[in-house]
Amino acid sequence: MSDYNFAYLDEQTKRMIRRAILKGLAIPGYQVPFASREMPMPYGWGTGGVQVSAAVLTPEDTLKVIDQGADDTTNAVSIRRFFEKTAGVQVTEATTDASVIQTRHRIPEQDLRADQILVYQVPIPEPLRFLEPSEVETRKMHSLEEYGLMHVKLYEDISQHGDIATAYAYPVKVEGRYVMDPSPIPKFDNPKLEMAGIQLFGAGREQRIYAIPPYTQVVSLDFDDYPFQASKADHACDLCGAKDSYLDELIVDDQGGRVFMCSDTDYCSTRRAQGHVGAQGSPIQEDAA
Amino acid sequence: MTPLLQVENLAKFYGPRIGCTDVSLDLYPGEVMGIVGESGSGKSTLLNCLAGHLTPDRGAVRFDTRADGLRDTVTMSEPERRMLSRTDWAFVHQHARDGLRMNVSAGGNVGERLMAVNARHYGAIRDEAIDWLGRVEITEDRIDDRPTAFSGGMQQRLQIARNLVTGPRLVFMDEPTGGLDVSVQARLLDLLRSLVREMNLSAIIVTHDLAVVRLLADRLMVMKDGHVIETGLTDQVLDDPQHAYTQLLVSSVLQV
Repeated sequence: MSDYNFAYLDEQTKRMIRRAILKGLAIPGYQVPFASREMPMPYGWGTGGVQVSAAVLTPEDTLKVIDQGADDTTNAVSIRRFFEKTAGVQVTEATTDASVIQTRHRIPEQDLRADQILVYQVPIPEPLRFLEPSEVETRKMHSLEEYGLMHVKLYEDISQHGDIATAYAYPVKVEGRYVMDPSPIPKFDNPKLEMAGIQLFGAGREQRIYAIPPYTQVVSLDFDDYPFQASKADHACDLCGAKDSYLDELIVDDQGGRVFMCSDTDYCSTRRAQGHVGAQGSPIQEDAA
Repeated sequence: MTPLLQVENLAKFYGPRIGCTDVSLDLYPGEVMGIVGESGSGKSTLLNCLAGHLTPDRGAVRFDTRADGLRDTVTMSEPERRMLSRTDWAFVHQHARDGLRMNVSAGGNVGERLMAVNARHYGAIRDEAIDWLGRVEITEDRIDDRPTAFSGGMQQRLQIARNLVTGPRLVFMDEPTGGLDVSVQARLLDLLRSLVREMNLSAIIVTHDLAVVRLLADRLMVMKDGHVIETGLTDQVLDDPQHAYTQLLVSSVLQV
């Protein structure tokens, strides 16, 4: 522990990031520029999320890291180890036990409480970016609340695919003001953005932090005749039988056999421990062997 | 009668050089004004100042807003000005590429202005887009094609549809027929003329093509070196030019 300052970043940097976080919380959905630091991992691996986590962690915290809902993927494991080593905090895989959860691409199925913080890793924070390449122009559009262009994207979706085909990074309007990219979470998770916990978004390469305070109104954009729908695979989890969770689809053999399973591994294993069994699942005792 | 647009002593400088200076004009509803002059005479600078793309160094540009009557667009706040530019104003660029989103379908291009003023019904937006594509002679089955798949003349017509869909009262046009071949130009002019009459549009057309103003413009302003050197009714100016430069300009037109 003597090799690193607590949570890797120096105190001045953490203060700078906390100021950005506080500003972001004060203006929900607004992208606050911050002086993103080099982190010991490549851009795209969660450098923004790691910096935000480092700034909010305290020695008493319990950290959970998920990647696409899973606790045991490379990205999640390495970030969890990083903070174990540099901050010495407790880590967990259980959503209910964590006080800080860093996530990539998912919101946990378990509802978060008011004493929990959810930190997102964001690749491209600007929802208008692919339609308007100029940063000067997009900032102006945000400041003047000119969001017609966002609907042009949805219009294009419907005209080409017959439906709003945007399935992830689905744009939302926060507290009736800023249009925000909720990071690449599936649109299934969009309704969960209105939650009791604090949500912080960090984009390291793009040097932006934004936030959603607890119980903030978050509305997914749509058309009157094509309302927003939180979609998921029309299936139940094959392992735990859950019908209400977001599913991953896995091809398991060369004959096109497939398995649907919860993308949230903690949710799935918790349910299996409670005795729920899906169509292709087996009781958890045998799995452990 | 209140003028729709009232310009008073407008000046724009690029450092020590003159963009345009001492320009005053009144444009009344339903009137089309042409601005002609050679390259570098300040026509486009003037047009961009009027449309709010450039900030003039001196003078006032007053527009008859629906809510509060004549307002100076130079001193009004930016949100108000941008609101005007996507509702009551339209700007047709010389190059359709500057005025269109090339990676968005024709329908999306026409619908963008509607969505910018909070149209949120897909079916209604699409019907309106089909209607407007029809008015500018683009068939309905091209609605989901991107402008990159369109010819130059079609792109220009699409740009016009995209601009007029919100029913603007004032249209700025910067060389709308530039770069098109003559037969396409003729059809475009025909189309513009009928749209201007139908919708009772006011327009300011910048061009160096005297045929365009002869067909479209009620009044004409001739510019040279940033100054207005002659104004008057189009036929009067073209048939009886007073200033030496205007005489040169009129006599330079090739007679076929």
